[in-house]
Amino acid sequence: MGEAIAFYTLSALILLFAILVISVRNTVHSVLFLVANFLFVAALYVLLGAQFLAMIQVLVYAGGIVVLYLFVVMLVKLKQPETHRDPQRRSRLGLALALAVLAEFVVIALYGFVTPAPAGAARPTDAALAVHNVQEIGWALYTDFLVPFEVASILLLVAMIGAIVLARRGM
Amino acid sequence: MITPAHYMILSAALFVIGMIGVLVRRNIIIIFMSIELMLNAVNINLVAFSSQLQNAVGQVFAIFVICVAAAEAAVGLGIILAVYRNKETVNIDEMNLMRW
Amino acid sequence: MIELIVFPLLKIVFILTGVLVAVMYMVLLERKVQAWIQVRLGPMRVGPHGLLQPVADVLKLFVKEDITPTRADKYVYTAAPIIVLVPALIAFAVIPFGSEVHLFGVEIPLYLTDINVGLLYIISVASLGVYGIILGGWSSNSKYPLLGSLRASAQLISYEVAVVMTLIVVVLLAGSLSMVGIVEAQLASGVWFGFVQPLALLIYVVGALAETNRAPFDMPEAEQELVAGFHTEYSGMRFALFFLAEYTNMIVVSSVAVTIFFGGWLRPFPNVAALGFLDLVPGFVWFVGKTFFVLYLFLWIRATFPRYRYDQLMRLGWKVLIPLAIANIVVTGAVKVLL
Repeated sequence: MGEAIAFYTLSALILLFAILVISVRNTVHSVLFLVANFLFVAALYVLLGAQFLAMIQVLVYAGGIVVLYLFVVMLVKLKQPETHRDPQRRSRLGLALALAVLAEFVVIALYGFVTPAPAGAARPTDAALAVHNVQEIGWALYTDFLVPFEVASILLLVAMIGAIVLARRGM
Repeated sequence: MITPAHYMILSAALFVIGMIGVLVRRNIIIIFMSIELMLNAVNINLVAFSSQLQNAVGQVFAIFVICVAAAEAAVGLGIILAVYRNKETVNIDEMNLMRW
Repeated sequence: MIELIVFPLLKIVFILTGVLVAVMYMVLLERKVQAWIQVRLGPMRVGPHGLLQPVADVLKLFVKEDITPTRADKYVYTAAPIIVLVPALIAFAVIPFGSEVHLFGVEIPLYLTDINVGLLYIISVASLGVYGIILGGWSSNSKYPLLGSLRASAQLISYEVAVVMTLIVVVLLAGSLSMVGIVEAQLASGVWFGFVQPLALLIYVVGALAETNRAPFDMPEAEQELVAGFHTEYSGMRFALFFLAEYTNMIVVSSVAVTIFFGGWLRPFPNVAALGFLDLVPGFVWFVGKTFFVLYLFLWIRATFPRYRYDQLMRLGWKVLIPLAIANIVVTGAVKVLL
């Protein structure tokens, strides 16, 4: 019961802030709503028992990537928020199509989902497993997923070098 | 009782909101942020299933998604800065150098 | 049921009150210690030996006029001091002040909570504090705050990397991310991690000084430099919040240093039975004493060292501390595997 309340509150807040991200005119406010969105998604992860991922979400996503966005927004000083509306925009058509896609997703989710096993086989108690969340992820990362782990580190190195080269004034 | 179907619907809604942002907005930074919303939606889905199946693979996949999103954000914002320096705009309708 | 709600609420009240009082008296302590090092007396008028000075300071800040620049972004301008203060305060949720006390027949642990990713939680909320600085400077709509905030945030995110790497070494030694787990690992191994990893301790202290914008790394907010940096346009209660946040950050950073490098609530030589008489002093007192020692170290360093120039500061962070921290991790990992 408590879980249901938490889930519905968090989802309402997540969707509210997401809608605010794409709809406000001021870009800085948009970025701030994105941070709020990410923080509530991290809370959702804690609800799902993924504590390590929740902290990584706050540390990397909300505390790193969005700071980067905020820096760029501040450096790209917009004199006025985007006011000119492209006549080719057709935002109402885009909205209608998006809602159609959403309806499709919901139908797939409801019809394609197999009802879960009875409560005994569903998620075991969180307290017993909470201690092991970090260890489980650590094991998985270093045994089954060692190659993707190393490739990800190379990817980050390449991205770092690329970002520095692109943002350098000499170009 | 919150089943993964609930999380799938939340994830679908968040994904569609991100999609609307990409399709409708013209400010390229907002478009990038909407892409981040879509990646978050995928992450929510992965973690929900990881929690139901009691397998850490979903969370590991989500960690990789976050890592790739970081790399993409860094390079993408570098590109935005480079374009802004030349064209003084962040409106993607005006970044049409390949078309006269 | 009562344990679930009443005890945490009481602990929250105690922790917040204690922290805020400690911050108020930190301000006085800083002025006094600096004064004594400079062979003068510091505040002496308000109350005996200036002990009521913080009360006077708080009253002054309360009644000051609250100015908002005309073209400042009103909401962000108001929110920025709050965004700096809240992460500093919520970091106290996982800091263990002691092991357990027995009150009214119930065992109460002296920490608000012990999550299994406690250290990572503290790092995450510390990285959220950067937002308040960036937004405070940007929303003031003025040159000096903007420059100050960009410098301060760049400094913060650079030294954050070095600090996190030293914390990784501690996690390697302790085998756990939970704060209580780290203290218990120090109890089990019988030696404080500060003695096993002196290089990590040094990098952590230097990084912590830079993270909290303390001298000698306080270029972004020194009066001789950028007027007052990112909080130039703030006055009255909002400035008080920034001030509060800086000192709270100092206390958080010192508490974390004590927990992971100096044994938390453990007495010196925790496993040596001959020193058992030291157990008469409760763990909480040891913790507070050690935290005060680290805070005194911060004040001492402020009074002693000249300020780093901004480019020297960035060079130190990226070219010296980070390679040292990485080398530390590699060597520690290799030693742990081979032994």
